[in-house]
Amino acid sequence: MKITAGLTPYGELNRQVREALETTDTVTLENVNGQRYIGCGLDAGKTVTIYGTPGNDMACYLNGGRVEVFGNGQDAVGNTMSGGEIVIHGHVGDALGYAMRDGEIYIEQGVSCRGGIHMKEFGKMKPAVVIGGVAGAFMGEYMAGGVIVILGLGKKPEDDLFGSHCATGMHGGKIYLRGAYPEHHVSRNIAVSALNEEDQKELDGYLQKYCAYFGADMEEIKSVPFVKFTPESSRPYGNMYTAN
Amino acid sequence: MLKEGQVRIPSGCAIAAVIDTTGERFSGETIIRSIALMHDRSNGLGGGFAAYGIYPEHADSYAFHVFFDSEEARQQCEAFLFDHFNVDVSEPIPTKKVPSITDAPDIRRYFAKPNKVRMREAGLDEAEYTARCVIRINAEFEGAFVFSSGKNMGAFKAVGYPEDVGEFYMLDRYKAYLWTAHGRFPTNTPGWWGGAHPFTLLDWSIVHNGEISSYDANRRYIEQFGYKCNLQTDTEVITYLFDHLCRHHGLDLDVAADILAAPEWDEIDEMSPDQRAYFTALRTVYGSALVNGPFSVILGSNRGLLAINDRLKLRSLTAATKGNRAYFASEESAIRVVCPDPERVWAVSGSDPVFIPLHLSKED
Repeated sequence: MKITAGLTPYGELNRQVREALETTDTVTLENVNGQRYIGCGLDAGKTVTIYGTPGNDMACYLNGGRVEVFGNGQDAVGNTMSGGEIVIHGHVGDALGYAMRDGEIYIEQGVSCRGGIHMKEFGKMKPAVVIGGVAGAFMGEYMAGGVIVILGLGKKPEDDLFGSHCATGMHGGKIYLRGAYPEHHVSRNIAVSALNEEDQKELDGYLQKYCAYFGADMEEIKSVPFVKFTPESSRPYGNMYTAN
Repeated sequence: MLKEGQVRIPSGCAIAAVIDTTGERFSGETIIRSIALMHDRSNGLGGGFAAYGIYPEHADSYAFHVFFDSEEARQQCEAFLFDHFNVDVSEPIPTKKVPSITDAPDIRRYFAKPNKVRMREAGLDEAEYTARCVIRINAEFEGAFVFSSGKNMGAFKAVGYPEDVGEFYMLDRYKAYLWTAHGRFPTNTPGWWGGAHPFTLLDWSIVHNGEISSYDANRRYIEQFGYKCNLQTDTEVITYLFDHLCRHHGLDLDVAADILAAPEWDEIDEMSPDQRAYFTALRTVYGSALVNGPFSVILGSNRGLLAINDRLKLRSLTAATKGNRAYFASEESAIRVVCPDPERVWAVSGSDPVFIPLHLSKED
């Protein structure tokens, strides 16, 4: 089922999408121009494919569904998503995957500020964000769980792999980084280590999907070594106000 | 109705801008379509535009755009204006009826040059003389408000959604080489005509999404130099800071940007010795001009477009270029709707102001 979005207001467009998904599992949106909340709360088994520039909070509260964008995303893609998959053939704006609880996000190129902040995990729920390009400031701020991968593909020599305040307040989860990174932008509570066998297996799974979605070369990606950021403490601010 | 500062309403906003760096002029239709796409970021309590290059036939005169609440206010203000300036043209700014725009004041414009005798007596240059007259009208003339005072440029603003404001002023009939736009969702205060963006003085205009937490520190600083922050809204102080730093102190725009959106001390510590000395000097001398709080700001000027973000990057702003044109907007979709195929698109970061200079030849 195809819907041409054009300048249709977001409320009306999302109503059309929901109505279509009652009788079909796949909806394709063409000529999308900044409409908000597309794919919000999408259930498992449903797919929304988007051409154009979807608006803020795309695929927020995603509930197991799949959203694929041929274009760039804006702010708060995958906000508080509970599961499912988001694939963006382009870049995205600020606050990607904010507080996501499960599911996977694949971004072909870069993300702006505050990617993966407040990500969390519990039991089998383990969210992942894979970034093909570089990340902006505050990457993984207050991260409590899950996995972020930053590949830096196509990175210009003057670009850093991530911006300032990376992983500030991180107290759970892992960040895998490919190649050189700006050490002075890393928060003080972060331990940097080599990947163990289990890490490598986990990372390979994400990389295989990245290569499959965007036609990247696995060998080339793996020709550059990875390191891992983990928090040194699960309570980095435990003594900030009173010792306890 | 309660005015600015008497009521608190929580917030949002949209900003957009387009420049043709060769100075080629184009209709306001482009910027209206761009800001209209972000309709949902504002709430109908303020919209406005700044346009540069619109009055080539009066390029040497100051173009005053003025709101009057009453005939009496107009008479008093005009007496002052005609006394202090040689006014070539006095006319209503053309508008057309738009159902959503109501309670319009009397909106007039004047093309004028300073009264040279008075200017010499005051011992001021033309720009300072004009700026002081504008500040005086806005502070002392009840019911009169000069909302635009530059040369060959003009601001157009109202209470309403920005696309309706553009239609009200018929901006598709003006041609400019640089346009900025704002859709307001008033922060902490209700909307009124004078409180809509852009905020201007001489050739400077500011559109702003966010809040200035350092407002009082900035206001105390800037009021020492003759400015009066009497609109009870934070944005106007940014306009006066740029005017003061660039016009009184002769600083370049990029230096002024480094003062308003300076890096954190931690970041300065990591810089090369030259850079460290530069930023340490700026933060030491101009600490009171540092602007804090969440903001994305676009400055329109006769030198070009400048975009800055707060250091912690708490408001979104996207930039793009195509050919001779550069675009800014709070959302990428608002750029793509008028420029579907940009050559480069990027998020403006908190640490890197973006300046798009105008390359006019001398004759222009």
